[in-house]
Amino acid sequence: MDPLLSWNIATDVEQLFTFPFMVHALVAGTVVAIVAGLVGWYMVLRRQSFAGHTLAVVAFPGAAGATLLGLPLAAGFFAFSLGGALLIGAAGARGVGLPRSQVRQAAAIGTVQAFALACGFLFVSLYRGNVSDVSALLFGSFLGVTARQVVTLACGGVVALLVLGSVARPLLFASVDPAVAEAAGLPVARLSVLFLLLLGAAAAEASQITGALLVFALLVMPAATAQKLTARPARSALLAVLLALGVTWLGLAVAYYSPYPIGFCVTSLAFAAYLLAHAPWLWPLHLPRGRGWASGAVG
Amino acid sequence: MAVKGLRAAKSTGPDPSPTIAARRAEDDRLAPAVKLRGAAVRLGGRTLWSGVDIEIPRGEFVAILGPNGAGKSTLVKALLGLLPFSAGTVQVLGRPPGQRRGEIGYLPQRRSFDASVRVRGLDVVWLGLTGTRWGIPVPPGVWRGRSWQQATAAVRDVVELVGASPYAERPIGELSGGEQQRLLIAQALVREPALLVLDEPLDSLDLPNQAAVAALVGRVCRQRGVTVLMVAHDVNPILPYLDRVVYIAQGAAVAGRPAAVITSDVLTRLYGAPIEVLSTRDGRLVVVGEPEAPALHADRHGAA
Repeated sequence: MDPLLSWNIATDVEQLFTFPFMVHALVAGTVVAIVAGLVGWYMVLRRQSFAGHTLAVVAFPGAAGATLLGLPLAAGFFAFSLGGALLIGAAGARGVGLPRSQVRQAAAIGTVQAFALACGFLFVSLYRGNVSDVSALLFGSFLGVTARQVVTLACGGVVALLVLGSVARPLLFASVDPAVAEAAGLPVARLSVLFLLLLGAAAAEASQITGALLVFALLVMPAATAQKLTARPARSALLAVLLALGVTWLGLAVAYYSPYPIGFCVTSLAFAAYLLAHAPWLWPLHLPRGRGWASGAVG
Repeated sequence: MAVKGLRAAKSTGPDPSPTIAARRAEDDRLAPAVKLRGAAVRLGGRTLWSGVDIEIPRGEFVAILGPNGAGKSTLVKALLGLLPFSAGTVQVLGRPPGQRRGEIGYLPQRRSFDASVRVRGLDVVWLGLTGTRWGIPVPPGVWRGRSWQQATAAVRDVVELVGASPYAERPIGELSGGEQQRLLIAQALVREPALLVLDEPLDSLDLPNQAAVAALVGRVCRQRGVTVLMVAHDVNPILPYLDRVVYIAQGAAVAGRPAAVITSDVLTRLYGAPIEVLSTRDGRLVVVGEPEAPALHADRHGAA
């Protein structure tokens, strides 16, 4: 069943939907891209990329442990990422937004990350299973997305989006200006923990497509690209989602027709978009200097 | 202008039979902006100041002065309800601290925005208006009612008032300290607060910007009838606009007209050490001999 790329784009796209596993992967990828694009947008704004990366790495021992115990992968991903989020939140909950609490939190995040990787390695060596399973956990795979997994991802995604939507404005306020938000009566510390939980959920979801080590392809890159292109919050959040969807769909298509792993395809495409946004002179017909999209969109 | 209309509609509606709630609202409106009786604050096991009596009538421009670490920012945070008072009775806009948050505009000690913050200055002002609303935001294209128009007008007015229109569309991280400060004042003003609390807003600005922002705050106080409470390190830029000063030092405070408080006698008595106030030819005041407060505080850089 070697897929062959032809010059007829219509048949190529049709081929993508021939196999159920590919349909599952596309649906799962869509859900994950929307959640990761939006949560990642806040993460970049809050400069919590380190926490996001750690929560994804934490997903790795979760998944490895689930495999070891014969539990569903998704359960391991979510349990560990959400647990890690609570742990990090507890470490930095007091005095959110102050430099000192950020330092304390960074130390806690680093500690959690190192321990998580070590646990993951232990679980994998105890499992003695197929080594390629490990690389799938770390670098992503779309071959084994089951219908049940799609349902789990979709449910998790809808819950995450509803929660994020209902705190959208207060979270933006608390992210941009925590001191004023707190004085205005917003529960800044609790919002911060809630956001870590959302970040854990998004990282757990994204890990299942891009693998634990490459979640940044969907969490950071689309958001950073979008924020570079426009400074209007609603527009750049929407743009982040569109970019995440674009790189996921294209990445899945490329991975389908090529021998390269999904994680690499998605990440490379996201990286290309990031590069184009930050270095406009790479554009074939580049815009005049100093008036890129950014100033054009806000003017 | 639309903003003024809003407020007028709120406060002078026809009211033939005043209910208890309406009478209480009227009492609150007439209550002094800030009233402290025997107030004290403890921070980290140490009493910062105690026995403080201050009454600030509505519409005044008041400076909170004193040496570093005397507890100026702490007073402000306690008035906002972010820290507890350890003794005394305190009322802010007629209620205990923390109950009137919607009517207080606050500018914390800055903290300038990082250059990487990619959010427009205009959005920061918007957050002052909508940032505390829970629920899924409806896109403005769908929700174009009267309230949307009023909100847009309020934001535009307040940005114009502070003179930030030319750069309000640029990312806030790319703006200068003075430009950021103006937009933050606009954010604090956008909800038409009855009380504006500013913690060292002139601190990181150059001299022309200090004078301009001081004049802006003075204008806001007079034209909009907003009570202004400004923590200041140097009284001189705001001296022409001040109605009253609160001077905190050595665990106590004195309040009164600037000319009555910033004198050699009063400050000598407050500090318990010889202090001299000199007046330069252009009307600036120079306080000589101020001892710094003991460095036992964690207040100055925001870590309370």
